[in-house]
Amino acid sequence: MSERSIDVDLTRSSSGQVVKERIYKWLLFACAALTVFVTVAIIYTLARDAITFFDLVPAAEFFTETEWFVRGDGGNFGVWPLVSATLIITVVSAMVAVPTGVAAAVYLSEYATDRMRSVLKPALEILAGIPTVVYGYLALVYLTPALQAIGIPVGTFNLLSASIMVGIMIIPMVSSLSEDAMSSVPDSLRQAGYGMGATKYEVSTGIVIPAAISGIFSSFILALSRAIGETMIVVMAAGLRPRMFNFSNPLNNLLSSGQPMTAGMVNAVTSDATGGSATYLSMFALGLTLFVITFAMNLASDFVAARYQEEYQ
Amino acid sequence: MTRDQMTDPDSRTDNQATDGGRESLANNDLEGSDPTTDPLVDSSIDVDKSAAPSGSESRTVIESRDLDVFYDDVQALQSVDIDIPAEQVTAIIGPSGCGKSTFLRCINRMNDLVDAARVDGELLFEGKNVYDDDVDPVVLRRKIGMVFQAPNPFPKSIYDNVTYGLDVQGVDGDYDEIVEDALRRAALWDEVKDQLDSSGLDLSGGQQQRLCIARAIAPDPDVILMDEPASALDPVATSKIEDLIEDLAEEYTVVIVTHNMQQAARISDKTAVFLTGGELVEFDDTDKIFENPEHDRVEDYITGKFG
Ligand SMILES: Nc1ncnc2c1ncn2[C@@H]1O[C@H](COP(=O)(O)OP(=O)(O)OP(=O)(O)O)[C@@H](O)[C@H]1O
Ligand SMILES: [Mg+2]
Repeated sequence: MSERSIDVDLTRSSSGQVVKERIYKWLLFACAALTVFVTVAIIYTLARDAITFFDLVPAAEFFTETEWFVRGDGGNFGVWPLVSATLIITVVSAMVAVPTGVAAAVYLSEYATDRMRSVLKPALEILAGIPTVVYGYLALVYLTPALQAIGIPVGTFNLLSASIMVGIMIIPMVSSLSEDAMSSVPDSLRQAGYGMGATKYEVSTGIVIPAAISGIFSSFILALSRAIGETMIVVMAAGLRPRMFNFSNPLNNLLSSGQPMTAGMVNAVTSDATGGSATYLSMFALGLTLFVITFAMNLASDFVAARYQEEYQ
Repeated sequence: MTRDQMTDPDSRTDNQATDGGRESLANNDLEGSDPTTDPLVDSSIDVDKSAAPSGSESRTVIESRDLDVFYDDVQALQSVDIDIPAEQVTAIIGPSGCGKSTFLRCINRMNDLVDAARVDGELLFEGKNVYDDDVDPVVLRRKIGMVFQAPNPFPKSIYDNVTYGLDVQGVDGDYDEIVEDALRRAALWDEVKDQLDSSGLDLSGGQQQRLCIARAIAPDPDVILMDEPASALDPVATSKIEDLIEDLAEEYTVVIVTHNMQQAARISDKTAVFLTGGELVEFDDTDKIFENPEHDRVEDYITGKFG
């Protein structure tokens, strides 16, 4: 043993290895940097074109006025009707997707037998893979008439139907991400709960969900960001007429058509407005506003998740 | 069992056993101070003579009759018959894989959570077969607390960990008082009394295990099952837990799985030896098992000649 340790060689065998390691490191860094670069580039172009827009339309009009209409290259660009429609869709779709998605996740992670799970998980993945244009079509052609049939006086184009469909679209996202979070809660915690004489429901709601709460919150953030950015369903089912939120009769807002911010952008780009006109550039101002809203939401949710999480490691 | 019932005249025998336990604790102290009085034969294993006197008849709480357990097609327990006495410490020892944990999980039906497990035969708790159709395992587990091999506190505050059982079992009462009492009995109160709101996971491993013990005793079960509760702990924490177990046996029936012979000898009144194949080979007073076991296989196992 001792004779070996005398001539043990601790120097690097070849400098080629060092160079390779360095190349790997830089390659990996380049990929990480690319994502940052793309993000920065997007924000930069959005901001640049938005600034041009605000040269043509006063910021005060955009941020304070409650009327949005486009006529040719001009019009009135008060953003609030679009923001209110976006908020309605986000809130209503969350009301659909959050309880359903979490309940489905609890079922999959805590109640389902292995066989059940092997059927349901692929089904949810299929749901997640359906193109949104199909959801839009279903909302317009089936859901809206169905709502009318059960006596809800919705118009042909309405926010309620679009919101429900957006909610259905994001259920798989909530449920599969929440289920991942719940499944990774260590089994020893469940055992402890059952050992204390808790029922399955008590273990699921009192131990598993709190332990997985930060993962569950992240699923909400991602799903709601999706809902805010969803375009196709709302363009098809909600109509394209911007309508300011009517505070005197809040529920009525759901029954009539509306134009959320994403649909407003589609409208700007598909209209025959010329490039560089206010109508055309409004797309970038809307895009930037959407970005800020989503970003703020992510920050808020991170904060909430950090506050309430019960770490188990 | 409520605290009132503990002084109930009906349970006179239990009280005697309890008194015996207290006296012997005092003896133990004497012995500790004067080692020359220890006449034990086997010097490597220090049998706790002071534990409930052998032959004293105590009421049986848990009783198994011809108990078999299978995991799919593999048999983990073979025809186990055992009578576990009330308010004493019963140790279960045996080589790895012999079915100790399996037996423990049979008692409070934690095996229900293992899809592959199947139980045949009877396991009686207070005379009632817990595998009868009308038994609700949730109710059963409220009477039989469990402490696991690895500490598994909930990711909640220390206080909420201790009150968890009270909450799910709908116990009323002064939770602050119950929490303090449970933590005191688990020998943890002095260390955590100023940080009851901090997470149970911020404690050391030994403290976490004592927290799990406090959590198990807070709702005042009748029986406490412990699966190698000290296996992950250092000697100081282990001895704290051993002291605690001896104290617990004044009020509770304790069944403890351990790999540590000395520990079994020190803290238990009765010892059950399982050997490979899931067979209960010998079950007797702890002194008897460690000094003069009936079966050569048990002797071989205890003296380390086994496998
Ligand atoms: N969930 C399970 N599924 C299948 N087989 C199992 C399961 N749990 C235990 N077994 C088997 O049952 C037998 C007894 O296991 P058990 O865990 O009761 O042993 P043990 O005596 O507690 O061992 P150890 O001292 O290592 O903890 C082993 O052969 C084991 O492989
Ligand atoms: Mg075990």
